[in-house]
Amino acid sequence: MIFDIAPAAPEIFVLGMACVVLIVEAYHNEPSHALVYWLAQVTLLGAAVLTLYFGPEQTVLAFNDIFVSDPMSALLKVAVCVVTFVVFLYSRTYLREHDLLKGEYFVLGLFAVLGMMVLISAHNLLTIYLGLELLSLSLYAMVALHRDSESASEAAMKYFVLSALASGMLLYGISILYGVTGNLDLARVSLIITEQTEPNTLLIFGLVFVIVGVAFKLGAVPFHMWIPDVYQGAPTSVTLFISTAPKLAAFAMAIRLLVDGLGGLIGSWQDMLIILSFLSMAAGNIIAIAQSNIKRMLAYSTIAHVGFLLLGILSGTLAGYSSAMFYVIVYALMTTAAFGMVILLSRSGFESDRLDDFKGLAQQSQWFAFVMLIVMFSLAGVPPFVGFWGKWFVLKEVIDAGIVWLAAFAVIFTVIGAFYYLRIVKLMYFDKADTDRSITSSHEMRFVISVNGLAILALGLAPGLLMSLCVAALSA
Amino acid sequence: MFETLHGIWQVFPEGLRLVIIILLKIVAILVPLMLCVAYLTFAERKIIGYIQARIGPNRVGPRGWLQPIADVCKLLLKEITIPSGANRFLFLLAPILAIAPAFAAWAVIPFDDVKVLSNINAGLLYILALTSLGIYGVIIAGWASNSKYAFLGSMRSAAQIVSYEIAMGFALVGVLMAARSLNLQDIVLAQQGNVLHWFWLPLLPLFVVYFVSGVAETNRAPFDVAEGESEIVAGFHVEYAGMTFAIFFLAEYANMILISILASVFFLGGWLSPLEGLPASLFEVPIMGTLLGPGMHWLFLKTSIFLFLFIWLRATFPRYRYDQIMRLGWKVFIPITILWLVVIGVLIMAAVPPWFN
Amino acid sequence: MTDQIIFYALALLLIFAGSMVITVRNPVHAALFLVLAFFTSAAIWLLLEAEFLAIALVLVYVGAVMVLFLFVMMMLDINLAPLREGFARYLPVGGLVALLMMFAMGLVVGPRYFGSERFPVPARHAADYSNTKELGSVLYTDYVYPFEIAAAILLVAIVAAIALTLRRRPHIKAQKPQLQVAVRREDRIRLVKMTSEKKGSP
Repeated sequence: MIFDIAPAAPEIFVLGMACVVLIVEAYHNEPSHALVYWLAQVTLLGAAVLTLYFGPEQTVLAFNDIFVSDPMSALLKVAVCVVTFVVFLYSRTYLREHDLLKGEYFVLGLFAVLGMMVLISAHNLLTIYLGLELLSLSLYAMVALHRDSESASEAAMKYFVLSALASGMLLYGISILYGVTGNLDLARVSLIITEQTEPNTLLIFGLVFVIVGVAFKLGAVPFHMWIPDVYQGAPTSVTLFISTAPKLAAFAMAIRLLVDGLGGLIGSWQDMLIILSFLSMAAGNIIAIAQSNIKRMLAYSTIAHVGFLLLGILSGTLAGYSSAMFYVIVYALMTTAAFGMVILLSRSGFESDRLDDFKGLAQQSQWFAFVMLIVMFSLAGVPPFVGFWGKWFVLKEVIDAGIVWLAAFAVIFTVIGAFYYLRIVKLMYFDKADTDRSITSSHEMRFVISVNGLAILALGLAPGLLMSLCVAALSA
Repeated sequence: MFETLHGIWQVFPEGLRLVIIILLKIVAILVPLMLCVAYLTFAERKIIGYIQARIGPNRVGPRGWLQPIADVCKLLLKEITIPSGANRFLFLLAPILAIAPAFAAWAVIPFDDVKVLSNINAGLLYILALTSLGIYGVIIAGWASNSKYAFLGSMRSAAQIVSYEIAMGFALVGVLMAARSLNLQDIVLAQQGNVLHWFWLPLLPLFVVYFVSGVAETNRAPFDVAEGESEIVAGFHVEYAGMTFAIFFLAEYANMILISILASVFFLGGWLSPLEGLPASLFEVPIMGTLLGPGMHWLFLKTSIFLFLFIWLRATFPRYRYDQIMRLGWKVFIPITILWLVVIGVLIMAAVPPWFN
Repeated sequence: MTDQIIFYALALLLIFAGSMVITVRNPVHAALFLVLAFFTSAAIWLLLEAEFLAIALVLVYVGAVMVLFLFVMMMLDINLAPLREGFARYLPVGGLVALLMMFAMGLVVGPRYFGSERFPVPARHAADYSNTKELGSVLYTDYVYPFEIAAAILLVAIVAAIALTLRRRPHIKAQKPQLQVAVRREDRIRLVKMTSEKKGSP
């Protein structure tokens, strides 16, 4: 039997390069880890290029239908690679200044990227689970990498235990689905479900567990308990990574499971997602107001954004999924910039993760205060930044789906949420600085974070470009 | 006489008859095995004696030949002591757990082309699984004795056995790749031809790794830190006396014989004759032909070579230090075996004669 | 008939061992009961003609994982008493919730969907059927992709474990075997010519 392995070329490339990086790290032990870093970055760029090169026009199955490559997977994989590239770039500065620079950070990061790519291209319940585990296992270790920090160890422990529980739930759901349909292949599971005439309680039972697993990985209320602790406890570079790229993969997992596999049960999961979405938006936006630590605040902001993301999925239409995809990509872009700013302001021995640390930034650096302003306005959903368009598209789809009350609540919660985003802007522009700080970061970091901020602005001015990509990705 | 016996035999239901036959076969394997163990201890003392320019035991019976019998009597008559604070049940269970896998593994050994108790498909896996169980006897003994020395010995032993099991397993993966079967009889038959067809040649590094790991797995010198007389008295069985101690002793020597016979089966062609490939007329000579042809005696001869090696190693080398043992296992043996697996893969794909065509 | 007797005997033993794992006080005993549970489940798998999985279970879990587990447990000598504090206090509530959940799940996951009469009796395989060969041929062809991903997961586990535990201490005094081997006599011994001492000198 001969396989066509070309569709999986990016995955194979990342796996091979991760092993190369691992060996280089073991035998080329220099303190700056420059070689490891650049190899990792080249891997990410190479994977993105390979994805584009082999990116298909329509759905292609490989490896005995276990692997799927379609425009959606191509777009998401490129997004994962680009976001991780930026994350690694920011992380390097942070890790160097906090004396945490280890080659394993990049190795584990590459394996996490591999896990995300597997998850994005999963066409089988088995690969969904394996991709998820590969991703999560790498993330646990990355959180714990700062061994001497008690909070990091605690965060890693919490993350590990809760995440393992959620994986167990997901696995239980998967086993029930397998028991009912006798198949692990998503397309066949979907076929069997749509062919069923009478409603099957057992399928719903399995669906509940699957939703719990997905909601945990996304961080939707009431499965959000791990997010604030992990975001705050982990080193900022790891928080940056966890909060961005894996969300893209989690979105793909939700689409693969709920739409590709369990599309026939939309009536059931729509109701569940409505509850999750409502609670997430409410809890995220309201609790975030009370936070004084910016990492924790951004954690609750993540929860709120996940609520919005779910809005797009629960609308149940192709346009809705495209809007959710637009939202998640935009979210990753904004969060990268937000945590990037936290890293930019931190320096050796100083974390800069309190809200007060942003006081008076405008007097010291007009430009970076402006970048942060763009990010915060965009996260809050102020036009013309891209965050506004994300919310706009999603809300439009929810209203089209006829769930107007939820859209109304979403708007109310957004208004509440705007408070804590704008508070940072107020701190930067209207308060006096407590500490005398100078931004010591490298030139490449300053350059990329500026580009990152301007991209939010530029995409906001021309949202149609990315949106048309998302629509094309899902309609194929 | 024979008629009456046959009549009685027919009375039993068929299932029971099967059970009785199997039991008799087991006895036929185990009784000689135990005798071998007894005389292996004697051989060990004699050989080490000669290597060290002594005579060795020579008092009991002609030339000391009854020495093992005397030892057995002594051990049988001794009191079994149970230390205070020991976990009585586990303390007594441990020797049984040590000896049971050492005996059970013999079920799949092919003695010649038909004589094998159970010719199962996954024989090699079965062997691996059972040899990995012997360690329970050791660690439970160490823990249940409620003694620091015993405990230290069992900890050392546990870490050592688990480490070397990996290298051993990989070496056997090489055998399985070369023979394309897990069945021990098939593995022997895959080595047919002549001495050069046996697996010791294409799998030479694995052969060495297997045997050395075997020495380490049985906690024999120079890997006997689990006993380590100079540091921890006698290791895990320091609190055992009489028959309980004798059972540990029995298990250790039974394992030695097992490792040796397995090495002959996997790498030296088992019961095949080294003279195979000579003109067929040679094997048609009445008695000589049978002796020179394939058969159990060749297996036993090969096994004895390995047993001698065990004893020779013990008389020659000083004990390894603990970190050196770990270094050898993890940093030397495991990489070698993995590398050689790749080489075998290439050899098989290239169909290199005379082994893989 | 004999099959059924063996099955039920093993099943009972498995349930007994499983419940002992969570009820005995001594953690070492609990681990040993877990070993027994693994063993009996391996035996049940053998009845299902899954000899490869059965032996692999014994080899991997009993032969390696549980040994290391016992190793750690004996080393740490955990006292379970503080962990069990409040066990009795929370037992009624926990038990009630567990029973309710069991009842609810029993309603859904009952014989309606998974009853043995809903599934055909699997055919017996011939004596020369090799479970191992079949598994291998599926694992390395149809399922090679998930298989490799699983391998990557194990690799990550190793990398993570080493990254989290290995501390490079630059000042520690450790032996370097390659230097020890490379040592020559001239490096260690210096022969000095001296005049012999005279008797009677102070």
